[in-house]
Amino acid sequence: MNQPRNLPRSGLGPLVLIAAILGGSVAAFAYTAGWLSSQRLTPEKVVEALTPPGGVPPGHRRNHAKGICFTGVFEANGNGVPLSSARVFEQGRYPALGRFNLGTPNPDAADATVRVRGMGLLISSDDGHEWRSAMINPPVFPVSTPQAFHGLLLASASKDPNAMKTFADANPEIAAFSDWAKTAPWTASYAEEPYHSLNSFIFTDGAGGDHAVRWSLLPAAQPVPVSQVDLEKRGPNFLEQEIRERVRTAGAQRWTMAVTVADPGDPTADPSKAWPQGRRTVPVGTLVVLRIEPERDGPCRDINFDPTVLPPGIRVSDDPFPAARSSVYRKSYDLRTAEAKDYPRTEATKP
Amino acid sequence: MTSPPRRFNLFQRLLHWLMAACIIAMLFIGVGMVSTITPKYLPLILAHKTLGATLLVLVLIRLALRLRYGAPPLPDDLPKTMKFGAKLSHHALYGLMIVMPLLGLGMLWAAAYPVVLYGAIRIPALLSQSDTVHTLLWNAHFYLGFAFFALVLLHIAAGLYHALIRRDGVFETIAPLPRRDSATPAE
Repeated sequence: MNQPRNLPRSGLGPLVLIAAILGGSVAAFAYTAGWLSSQRLTPEKVVEALTPPGGVPPGHRRNHAKGICFTGVFEANGNGVPLSSARVFEQGRYPALGRFNLGTPNPDAADATVRVRGMGLLISSDDGHEWRSAMINPPVFPVSTPQAFHGLLLASASKDPNAMKTFADANPEIAAFSDWAKTAPWTASYAEEPYHSLNSFIFTDGAGGDHAVRWSLLPAAQPVPVSQVDLEKRGPNFLEQEIRERVRTAGAQRWTMAVTVADPGDPTADPSKAWPQGRRTVPVGTLVVLRIEPERDGPCRDINFDPTVLPPGIRVSDDPFPAARSSVYRKSYDLRTAEAKDYPRTEATKP
Repeated sequence: MTSPPRRFNLFQRLLHWLMAACIIAMLFIGVGMVSTITPKYLPLILAHKTLGATLLVLVLIRLALRLRYGAPPLPDDLPKTMKFGAKLSHHALYGLMIVMPLLGLGMLWAAAYPVVLYGAIRIPALLSQSDTVHTLLWNAHFYLGFAFFALVLLHIAAGLYHALIRRDGVFETIAPLPRRDSATPAE
C-alpha cells in the first residue's frame, strides 16, 4: 500500500507537530530540572555555601565534618509506646550507632573554636527499620527556614563587615541562638552535652493518633562549665581524646531520651522557636554509648545521618528542615563517597 | 508456529501505555527531586522509589509477554536502516527499563540507606555499603537517566513519524484502541 513516494502528501503540519512535541518535552524537562530557574535553591547551592575558606576537604562530610564514631544500645523503657507505634519504643534493647561531631565544615578545626556540637544517631529495630537523626546542643536553631539558613551561610562567609548585622536585622529569630552562643557554658566533653532534635516530627500511636514532638538526649554526666580560653589550651582534638579516655576508664556513657509533646498551637514548623516550658515530656529510654572508634575506619563513616530515615510510627511534620537536610545530606554523601580515596581508610592497608 | 500477530495483544498494549506514563513521570520526578530542598523532596523521592520498584516488576511481565507473543513485523517497505534503528532502540529501551531500577536500588543499598517504599514496604539490601560501588551505580543511574529520556524522545518521534507521516500501520500495532480503518502492516 503506502509507497515511499506517497509520503509527502502529509505536508509540513505533522513535522511541525512532532518538533513542537519534542521541543516542549525538552523544555518541560529542563524546567523540572531547574536549569531554567537560576533562583531555585538546590542542594548544590547549599553545599557550595558550606565550603570553608580553605576549600573543600575531599572525602569528608560537607558540614559537621569533624567527628568520631560510637556504638552502643538504646534501652527503651516502654513509655514511648502510647506516643508512637515504632518498634524502638517497645521495652527492649536496640543496637545504636552514632557520631559525635562539631558543627563546622572543616574536619581539622580546633575543638575550642566550634560552638555547636552534635550527635548523629542510628537506632535499628528487629523489624528491619531504622531511625536516624542528627541533633545539636543549642536549644534552638539559628533560623526559621532552610532559605534563611542558606542566607546565614552566605552572610557568615561574606567579606562585607555588615553582612551579619544585615542578616540579623532581616532574620531577628537568630537572637535566641546568639544569646545561647554567647552565654551558655562550654564543657570539655561530648558526654556532658545535651543533643536536641530541634525539628518537630509526628509520632503516630497504635490507635492512629498523631502527636507532634521534639526530642532531646539529656546527658547522665554532670556538665562541668569550662571557659573557652581554658579549652583553647587543651589542644585541637581534646574532645575526641577525652571521650575515648572517658569511655575506656569510666565505662559506658548514658543519655536519657526525652520526648516533648507539643500543645496545640505550639510552633512545629519553626525550629528557631522553643516550645514553652512545662510541656509534657516523656523519658522513653536510655542511649548507652559503649565503644568509641575513629571515624576513618569507624562504623559511622559510611552512614548518612539523614533525619528523614524514620521507622513506621514516626514521620516528618510541617517543619521544612528535615526534607532540606535530607536533600543536602544526600548530596554531601554522594560527593564524599566519590572522593573516598582522598580520605583513605587505614584498615585495608593493615596486614 | 502461528503466523506473527498483526498487533500487540491488548495486555501488551495496556502495559506499554501504563509503563510509558510511569517512565515519563519517573524521568521528571528524578530530575525534579535532585534539584530541590523544599518539603516536596520527600514525597518525590518516595514516589520515585515506589514507582521504580513497580516498573521493575512490570518490565519483567512485559518481557515475558513479548517473548511469549512476539511482536508484529515492521512493514516490508521500511528502509533497512530504519528497521535496524527500530530494533536497536527497542533493545536499548528494554535494557534501560530493566537496568535503571536495579541501578537505583543498588546505589541505595551501597549507601546503606534502608529502601522503604510507599506503605512502609521494605526491600532488604542485597549489597553492602561501598563507596566505590555507590559512586559507580550513582553515576550510571544519573547519566543513563538522561540517555533514557533522549531515547524516549526518539521513540516518541519515531512513533509520530509512523502515525502521522508514514502512516504505515506501525503505530496502530501498539495504539491503545484500534482505528476504524486500522491499516494492516506488512501487506
